Amino acid sequence: MQLTDQKLEVAIGRMLQTGVMLAALVVLLGGILYLRQSTGPRPDYIHFHGEIDNLRSPAKIVVLAIHGNPEAIIQFGLLLLIATPIVRVMVAAAGFLIEKDHMYVWVSLAVLAVLLFSLWRSH
Amino acid sequence: MNTAEFSLWICLSSILAGLLGSLTGLGGGVVIVPVLTLIFHIDIRYAIGASLVSVIATSSGAAAAYVREGFSNIRIGMFLEIATTLGALFGAYLTAKVTTHSIGIVFGIVLLYSAYASFRTKHPEHGHTSPDPLAMRLKMHGTFPSSTGDEAYVAQRVPAGFSLMFAAGTLSGLLGIGSGAVKVLAMDQAMRLPFKVSTTTSNFMIGVTAAASAGIYLSRGYISPGLAMPVMLGVLGGSLVGSKILVNAEVKTLRLVFGVVIVALGIEMIFNSVTGRL
Repeated sequence: MQLTDQKLEVAIGRMLQTGVMLAALVVLLGGILYLRQSTGPRPDYIHFHGEIDNLRSPAKIVVLAIHGNPEAIIQFGLLLLIATPIVRVMVAAAGFLIEKDHMYVWVSLAVLAVLLFSLWRSH
Repeated sequence: MNTAEFSLWICLSSILAGLLGSLTGLGGGVVIVPVLTLIFHIDIRYAIGASLVSVIATSSGAAAAYVREGFSNIRIGMFLEIATTLGALFGAYLTAKVTTHSIGIVFGIVLLYSAYASFRTKHPEHGHTSPDPLAMRLKMHGTFPSSTGDEAYVAQRVPAGFSLMFAAGTLSGLLGIGSGAVKVLAMDQAMRLPFKVSTTTSNFMIGVTAAASAGIYLSRGYISPGLAMPVMLGVLGGSLVGSKILVNAEVKTLRLVFGVVIVALGIEMIFNSVTGRL
């Protein structure tokens, strides 16, 4: 069992690293496009007005990113980043299922439920 | 300052914050938020939004390296994540309810505590205690590699650890940080897990905890691409470099210098919040 655990953890670690690198590349790509098109003064972050609606919800971000909007591409990269730990919990649940550790399958699903609730609740 | 210069300065600061965060073991978030608010006068809500995504990046990016060492415990981590994710939801909910001044004050206190915790000497192993029946039922035990072969451990005081983890999650959701210091406190002090097991498992948990509040931050407009982009890339890069230095060098003096910086930032956060400048 210990061996399987170790293998599971290594697999999860690799998956996390791949997810982060992918997300970072997308953010970098969006960043380069963003800097090429914005020549104005620095954006105002001193006063809080919130990001525009189109860059707040995953569905709208994906649509804008497909159309090549640089800021949406950055947000899409950040969405990939947020998804990485969520996928990690799914992979762990599957791993526990293979190990036939049913208690921890339920524990993983509980964590997953909280994560999905937060995404669903906020949009 | 135009957009390109602004992004460059933010990115350079973030690299430094990531470096500092990984060398002190505090994480990049706890350093970048004060830098963004105190130096660049950025609204704290944008700052914690950008910080939170960089926290997910550093936690997940470092996970593979930690796993290879064989210290982290996936079951203990997963069970406690129930507490941290629920706490993170609560914390993200609180962020919209309290004033930015109070967020700043809490942040300052967490900075001071984190600096203190990072200098606490690693106490010797806790010795053998009788197995906690609850921990045994939840399979919260394991072995870790030591100089004398594999050493076994069992978690103690699970309810206390679980409650502290809820608090750690709340701070993470409220302040956009990983709150690794409180997570380590819960595992190392309350649950009496070996220090190395605590720190590596904590790192593993930080990404999942942060993901629980990230969706809420996004929908509230705290995550702005123009700011999150240089912060995320900078903190990630800085912390990767920092973890390489950590392996190769004796960093005691460096840690001391950085500890002083953290304390100064903490005091300034509290001062600026109390006087209403934040």
